[in-house]
Amino acid sequence: MSIASITASSRLASIVGPAHVVSDSPELGAYEIGGQRPSSAVRPGSAEEAGEIIRFAAAERLCVVPTGACSKLAMGMPPRQYDLALDLTRLDRVAAYDPGDLTLAVEPGIRLQNLAGVLAEHKQWLPLAVPYWDRSTAGGTIASGVDSPLRQMYGTARDYVLGLEFVTGDGIAAKSGGRVVKNVTGYDLHKLMIGALGTLGVITKINFRTFPVPISIRSFAANFDTAERALELRHGIARSPLTPMALEILSPGTAQLFSGDAAAKIVREALPRHLLSSAHWTVIAEFSGKDQVLDRCEREFGQLAEQCRCTGVSALSGDTLVGAAGRKREFVPIVLASSPAATIVKMSVLPTRMKELLAIAAKAAATNAIPWSAMARGSGVIYFALVPGEAGEEARRRVIQATDQIVPECASLGGNATIPWSPAEWKGALKVWGPEVAGLEQMRKLKNIFDPSGVLSPGRFIGGL
Amino acid sequence: MDSRLLHELRRVFGTEGVLHEPEDLLLYEYDGSVEVAGPDCVVFPRNTEDVVAIVKLANRYKTPLVGRGAGTGLSGGALARQGGIVAVFSRMNRILEVDPENQRATVQPGVVNQDLSVAAEHTGLYFAPDPSSQKACTIGGNVSENSGGPHTLAYGVTTQHVLGMTVVLPTAEVVRLGGSAVDRPGYDLTGLFVGSEGTLALVTEITVKLTRLPEAVKTLLAVYDTVDDATETVVEITRRGITPAACEMFDSWTIRAVEEYVHAGYPVGAAAVLLIDVDGLREEVEIAAADVAEVCRLHHASEVRVARDAAERDLLWKGRKNAFGAVGRISPTYYAMDGVIPRTKLPATLRRLAQIGEKYGFEIGNIFHAGDGNLHPLIPFNGRDRDEFRRAIAAGTEIIRCCIDMGGSITGEHGVGMEKDHLMPFLFSAADLALMTRVHDAFNPDGRLNPGKIFPSSKACGEIYARPASAVAVTSPKPA
Repeated sequence: MSIASITASSRLASIVGPAHVVSDSPELGAYEIGGQRPSSAVRPGSAEEAGEIIRFAAAERLCVVPTGACSKLAMGMPPRQYDLALDLTRLDRVAAYDPGDLTLAVEPGIRLQNLAGVLAEHKQWLPLAVPYWDRSTAGGTIASGVDSPLRQMYGTARDYVLGLEFVTGDGIAAKSGGRVVKNVTGYDLHKLMIGALGTLGVITKINFRTFPVPISIRSFAANFDTAERALELRHGIARSPLTPMALEILSPGTAQLFSGDAAAKIVREALPRHLLSSAHWTVIAEFSGKDQVLDRCEREFGQLAEQCRCTGVSALSGDTLVGAAGRKREFVPIVLASSPAATIVKMSVLPTRMKELLAIAAKAAATNAIPWSAMARGSGVIYFALVPGEAGEEARRRVIQATDQIVPECASLGGNATIPWSPAEWKGALKVWGPEVAGLEQMRKLKNIFDPSGVLSPGRFIGGL
Repeated sequence: MDSRLLHELRRVFGTEGVLHEPEDLLLYEYDGSVEVAGPDCVVFPRNTEDVVAIVKLANRYKTPLVGRGAGTGLSGGALARQGGIVAVFSRMNRILEVDPENQRATVQPGVVNQDLSVAAEHTGLYFAPDPSSQKACTIGGNVSENSGGPHTLAYGVTTQHVLGMTVVLPTAEVVRLGGSAVDRPGYDLTGLFVGSEGTLALVTEITVKLTRLPEAVKTLLAVYDTVDDATETVVEITRRGITPAACEMFDSWTIRAVEEYVHAGYPVGAAAVLLIDVDGLREEVEIAAADVAEVCRLHHASEVRVARDAAERDLLWKGRKNAFGAVGRISPTYYAMDGVIPRTKLPATLRRLAQIGEKYGFEIGNIFHAGDGNLHPLIPFNGRDRDEFRRAIAAGTEIIRCCIDMGGSITGEHGVGMEKDHLMPFLFSAADLALMTRVHDAFNPDGRLNPGKIFPSSKACGEIYARPASAVAVTSPKPA
């Protein structure tokens, strides 16, 4: 331990107390990003302490990465410099909950699972069915900007985060938005924080709009010989009056992936036998409502699937519904657990372009002899997983080649492509943030305003921000 | 104004593209609010290049520049507070694309909100944000103010429907933000620019989501003998997790004003009514309508009427959407407020508003988006009476203070504009405002674009209202 880091640790200890500073211990391994380990991790007990730590870090030019459960630190690029992990898990309180108004304020370190328990007492929930759900924190979920199958009905965090409190890179506490469900006062700075990977501020409080838990949920699946037919069902549902909560299209490759040991370890509930097959594309749609509504959804889903020449339709309920929904939610961790070389390209495109984009990606994978599987959402988002068996040099070369084909093709279809997850040591050679986007100069301006000395997660975000 | 600037503007836009005579400018001194501020000239761009040309000229002549749609705004957002050029987007009114398969449309900013829904109707789609002024207001204006409307209760405000925009920055750079696909990587610039009240850029093209028209709609009218029963109904509907498509409340004063105007069958003499839409699948609508009716009766509604057909439904909604106009027939000048409170605080807040009215000597009318706690108290006053005007403004400020005390906000959909800039410090700390100011200055460093909006000015409170009494007296009722 260097003299500088000893001094830093003692200063940090004076802010949060020695029990809440970790230095030079194996415990720091939990905070690793792409092989980089911070010299200390510090756990503030209040937003004020978080602010003081940031001010100290900015003065000392120490770079800070805010963390929650550390489940999504692998996303984006590793930081250029990483001195301090700002572990926010002690900030885990429900600050205010007004069930009658369906509004909630929480600290960032609260786990989604614990929060779900609090909300369930009032038959409410947050539609954040995000990967690593059982350990994710609210703050990490918002900062990483991961989406959820439930976006089909509820949208993304942008649609139900009402306001945020945060500490900027110069240690100043600020806020935007508010706690009421409708509000246009001031600039929506909180929208910038969503998905910014902690590069603009440290989130210290989140105001959510909550939702009533659906009365009852049923899920239906239909199998198809081709992606085209499966996507036709997606379009048919969009044209119909049906409004599913979730709508995913799974490639044949997910059959093996979802029935494997890795999946079983992550999602306890079993997947119904024969739901997925390695010869078929499968559309799974979840619906909510009372029985007479769900009966109609079942009937019309079946009819639409027939019209698209499905090979079979099945209904899921109870544990099998949870088993399937859980695997869709945990698609990313299941893929990552199945191969040390797993690389996931996240693409988004207009729904009518999904067919073409999937074909392009599948061809790129096949040309480079990489097994793949894909999960597409009704909204036009596709998670395309390249899953080579091992992580050797040959696999690296092939994955780079395949993604170098996919990313620009996606852009030429008017879409977006990034590579949020891959082996850390490959990131430097991959187009992690996709092709250059318009507005990068404006984003840089914002980064300079929020984090003038560049101490917050430097380099993790798009364009090296 | 500088005659050379006028000359140059005319050279680019022709004489028919520039207005500068005082009588021509009169119209542009107003919007739907009680604010007044006149430009030195008005120009009518036809495309993005025209807007770039205007921005360059404004920069060269160091002249303020303000974008304007239909002028239906309710916070002075489109008024030239410091004079200068007003760029009116009414000639950029083309719907560039409707893509039904992907539920997208791309429009120029001057497209009238309702025109997009009409254009998309044959595909079974519509543009969901529905401000009451939707027959006149433009989508560019909606984007600038992040407008709401009655049905945003279920469908969300403008920002939830905007995916991408082309903007002209104050440097005259053209930037494309977002796109037609979801989840553009990078900071959510679209989210920042929507609702920035024309202070960060001029918008020249907008890509929006279109929403599928519901299969079924039912409109209920619940009639009450007390305001408390109506507000308690709203609290209970929210608490039970029922989300109607819209849930509007009128008090006795506005019921009378509306009914005398539209003759829709509103019960004159009732203390309050709730106008509630439920929509979705036929089966869902049956269930939701029954649930809503049950809650209304539980809270002593003397009558729960269900509109028999589309004609009756449209007539009831016509009453709601033309309410501000109806009020204008009774009191040509009134102050239309906009505040938000947590829905659980509705009964207490409405009681407090009545007390505030009494204190200042006004009968305050209420017609508002009860379902999301977005209040629109209307303070009728005599515009020729300077003292009465001052009292109306004082009452308005107290109402907004009350919203803040209840844990709410100072604007739910009208924007801060030049109406509420001085109230911003009640809601935001100096640090919050300093950060927002830095964002403003990064994009609009000379403050040339829409100056004097959102941020509290250094001027003394009240100064902004010091204007000739005659100026307010000519305010005419507008759709709002």
